[in-house]
Amino acid sequence: MKLKASLCGSIAVAALTAGAAFADGKVTVITSFPESMTGPIEKAFEAANPGYDLEVLNKSTSSGVKFLEETAGSNTSDIFWASAPDAFEVLKADGLLAKVAPKSDGIPEKIGAYPMNDADGTYFGFAASGYGIMWNERYLKAHELEPAREWSDLTKPEYFGHVGMSAPSRSGTTHLTVETLLQGDGWQEGWSQWKWMAGNFRTVTERSFGVPDGVNTGNFGLGIVIDFFGFSSRASGFPVDFAYPTVTALVPANVGVVKNAPNHDGAVSFVEFLLSPEGQKVLLDPAIMRLPVNPAAYADAPEGFPNPFEDSSIGATVKFDVDKSGARYNLVNSLFDVMITYRLTDLQAAVRAVQQAEEKHAGGGNAEALALIEEARALIDQTPIDEAQSLDPEFAAIFTKKRKKATDEVEQRQAEVESRWDAMVVDNYSKARELAEKALSM
Amino acid sequence: MSNTHETPVATGLAERMPGWLFPRLSGLHIVALFIALLLTGLLLIPVAQVIFVAFQNPATGALTLQNFVDFFGTSLFRESFWNSFYVSAMSVVVATAIALPLAYITTRFHFSGSILIQSLGFIPLIMPPFVGAVAMQLIFGRNGTVNLLLGERFGINIPFMEGLNGVILVQSIHYFPFILINLSASLRNIDRSMEEAAQNLGSSGMRLFRKIVFPLAMPGYVAGAALVFIKVFDDLGTPLLLNVNNMLAPQAYLRISGVGISDPMGYVISVILVAFSILSLWASFLVMRGKDYATVQKGGGGMAKRDLKPAEKVAAYGVVIFILLVVLSPHIGLALLSFGTIWSFAPLPDAYTLQNYVTMWAGSKTFIVNTVLYAGIAATLDVILGTAIAYIVIRTKIFGRKGLDYLATAALAVPGVVLGIGYLRTFHAIDVPLIGKPLASWWVIIAMALMIRRLPYALRACMAALQQVSLALEEAAESLGATKRRTIQKVVVPLMTGGILAGFVTSFATAAVELSATIMLVSSNNDAPLAYGIYLFMQTPSGRGAGAALGIVAVIVVAIGTIASQIIIERDKKLKASGDVQ
Repeated sequence: MKLKASLCGSIAVAALTAGAAFADGKVTVITSFPESMTGPIEKAFEAANPGYDLEVLNKSTSSGVKFLEETAGSNTSDIFWASAPDAFEVLKADGLLAKVAPKSDGIPEKIGAYPMNDADGTYFGFAASGYGIMWNERYLKAHELEPAREWSDLTKPEYFGHVGMSAPSRSGTTHLTVETLLQGDGWQEGWSQWKWMAGNFRTVTERSFGVPDGVNTGNFGLGIVIDFFGFSSRASGFPVDFAYPTVTALVPANVGVVKNAPNHDGAVSFVEFLLSPEGQKVLLDPAIMRLPVNPAAYADAPEGFPNPFEDSSIGATVKFDVDKSGARYNLVNSLFDVMITYRLTDLQAAVRAVQQAEEKHAGGGNAEALALIEEARALIDQTPIDEAQSLDPEFAAIFTKKRKKATDEVEQRQAEVESRWDAMVVDNYSKARELAEKALSM
Repeated sequence: MSNTHETPVATGLAERMPGWLFPRLSGLHIVALFIALLLTGLLLIPVAQVIFVAFQNPATGALTLQNFVDFFGTSLFRESFWNSFYVSAMSVVVATAIALPLAYITTRFHFSGSILIQSLGFIPLIMPPFVGAVAMQLIFGRNGTVNLLLGERFGINIPFMEGLNGVILVQSIHYFPFILINLSASLRNIDRSMEEAAQNLGSSGMRLFRKIVFPLAMPGYVAGAALVFIKVFDDLGTPLLLNVNNMLAPQAYLRISGVGISDPMGYVISVILVAFSILSLWASFLVMRGKDYATVQKGGGGMAKRDLKPAEKVAAYGVVIFILLVVLSPHIGLALLSFGTIWSFAPLPDAYTLQNYVTMWAGSKTFIVNTVLYAGIAATLDVILGTAIAYIVIRTKIFGRKGLDYLATAALAVPGVVLGIGYLRTFHAIDVPLIGKPLASWWVIIAMALMIRRLPYALRACMAALQQVSLALEEAAESLGATKRRTIQKVVVPLMTGGILAGFVTSFATAAVELSATIMLVSSNNDAPLAYGIYLFMQTPSGRGAGAALGIVAVIVVAIGTIASQIIIERDKKLKASGDVQ
């Protein structure tokens, strides 16, 4: 590392670096973060390092990854900066991230149960986010509903048609929520939870921002969102609020230096600035509202702002197993899409029928009807594969689709497997619906 | 074939250019070859680089058609295919129901504000990404203005925006201008003598319209309807905004654009989309085959216009205003959003402000200039290529001429993200001389991507226009001693003006709000177009109003262009018309 000792996180030394204007130049950043977040950070960074000019290029996470992959031959970017750790994992696996050792002080090893930085030093957590439930107060009032604060609340029949979520295959952070629940509640129980929640979905949005947007406009009442969407919507004046359920995971948003960066030194300075106390402080800007990873930064936090380093209730229940999650990453996404995203209408109909039947037989007098409802519930709960199979590396390989060598062989094709799952799921949902309707008519 | 080099490319301009610019070499063949090379380089090669995976065995990497067998073996895909087909067909029907009265009333009668209707009726095409979606939800969504008011007054809720019907509604509102523009251009080109002949023989009213007027306008109608059908079939934005996943285009997109995954089925679906679009196009050729739509006499061009009786006038105004209100509602919503503060679960915003425009204006001037530049270049090249291809396909016997048409139209079905990745893959290794940057990060490549993506629109309009020009007029010119080039300059292109302008406007307007390919290709904020700026704003709750404000700017920029060309068409028509029946 050709890093100068002066490139270090504290204010005083950052000023020194600024004086050393010889290290100047343009630093090109590929990011998925909105302008309202990158703007203040860019300003603060350039003020602290007048020698550098930050050029921010905004692309969605997946376009950003594809852009870096396609332009690797003559790379023009210095920094990749985005939320989802999985995007960084993909870049790392392709050898597109440089191994660096930025100077940073006072940042813990872990946030909740999740490791803060990549063990190999290719990317670094700079802010934390957790998933939770966001709701529109006007909407809930009009529908006479109470805000849901736990995942299990969202499975209640009164929320039917009022909930929105993004698909895990669309957003890495949504994926982590799905996986968190699967690890927290167990494979079978976790999927069952998701399906009963999904039965109450209004919609599965294509972009992760579609969920806060839907809640803000009042298109649906409650949304499963990442915390800063809730905080920043509220800060912009929307009648919305947000809560962390007990089972949630805090995950870091990350930054990494691109391999063969045209301005490697500038890139490292930017990473160091982000991790420095004054870089961390910018995260508390009302339009950004992300949880700093440096506990010292919470000293300036506004009233009521959650502090995961003191409030141990946030994201502490689940011991998140990163290896487990990584092993079945694409498989879980595919399973979610097959069982929920693509068959939402069938699932909604089945869940609604069960809810109505249960309401009618709430007294429990009719044993035959209760047995039918039980059967219907079991059909909806059924998952095509068990946990052991989900962790079988050979089976999971069907979904990674990346043959590293020409000699690699995969036994089955994803389309074949998905088609089989789909047939089973559709069949189960329609049977469950019939049974529940039969129970309702009794 | 004449030995002169014809250049529809330089028509108009050519007269003022020195002769050496147009060497008298081998004529149309060179032009055809040049276009073929252009399309190969800018469309075929980049796209092939991306979608070859569709023909690869995911297990071994060998060439195979197994993926296509899987496609038809999967019930989800079969269902998606059927849904896409159903939605496209129904959208054509609904779009026709919207476009036909507008086109008929404005071309057939003396109707004040025809220019306005023709221009406003066009604006739905300019639905900027994301903002249009939000605005539609705010007006027609489950808890949008209309449903909140209906719920308050009558306790009912109409699911305008739910499921496949929602897609059909939004698509028809969005794409009916394709039919309106092409149909109007065709109606204007109908020779009055045909109508008069029919009237002399005792036909009138609906019968006259059904038997004479509409059939004569068929080239324009079919061009527009085919565009609507193919566009809806391949469109991705609307199903995604309504979160309808069980259609082909969203299935392809969802399987291609995830982080770190590239499911071969996504590319298989892309191939199927391209193949089906070409098939639909071919079907539309079959419909038109063996019929001659050209009319010879152009002296008294345009149908006879008559005045409306007072009662008819009221009815006409009623229909027109109702249709305009419906089709412009997304833009009304957009305007409200851009002037509103907070708009959440309420019929209207809580309060009004100009702040969004201030925020937007601060950093968006470059975006606006870039957009006009890129969309202008793209649309200009589109009509030049469109005219040339149309002439080659219809008027010459050059080998493989239909291939040009199919190839250019296939661009319609190529998802923007596929084209974007293909461009990066193909052009990143090539450096631009003098600038020293990779070709893929030079702004011109964005204009090229837009040109390829919007070429099908211009092409259909130019084809329809040329089909209505009689060959006899060209033969007459040539027998009077005009060269091929001069004939095309002085006779063919002037007679096609309406169609060419319609093509220009369609390409320009839609290119101005394109996002999916540009977001891959933008490599510096200084090079970014407007849609990218909207994307930047629309990612945050606080940026919604500012994004809407920029959306309004996009609409205004395009509307100015449209109205300007509308005025040119009208003036052109007046020059042609000898007088109206009073």
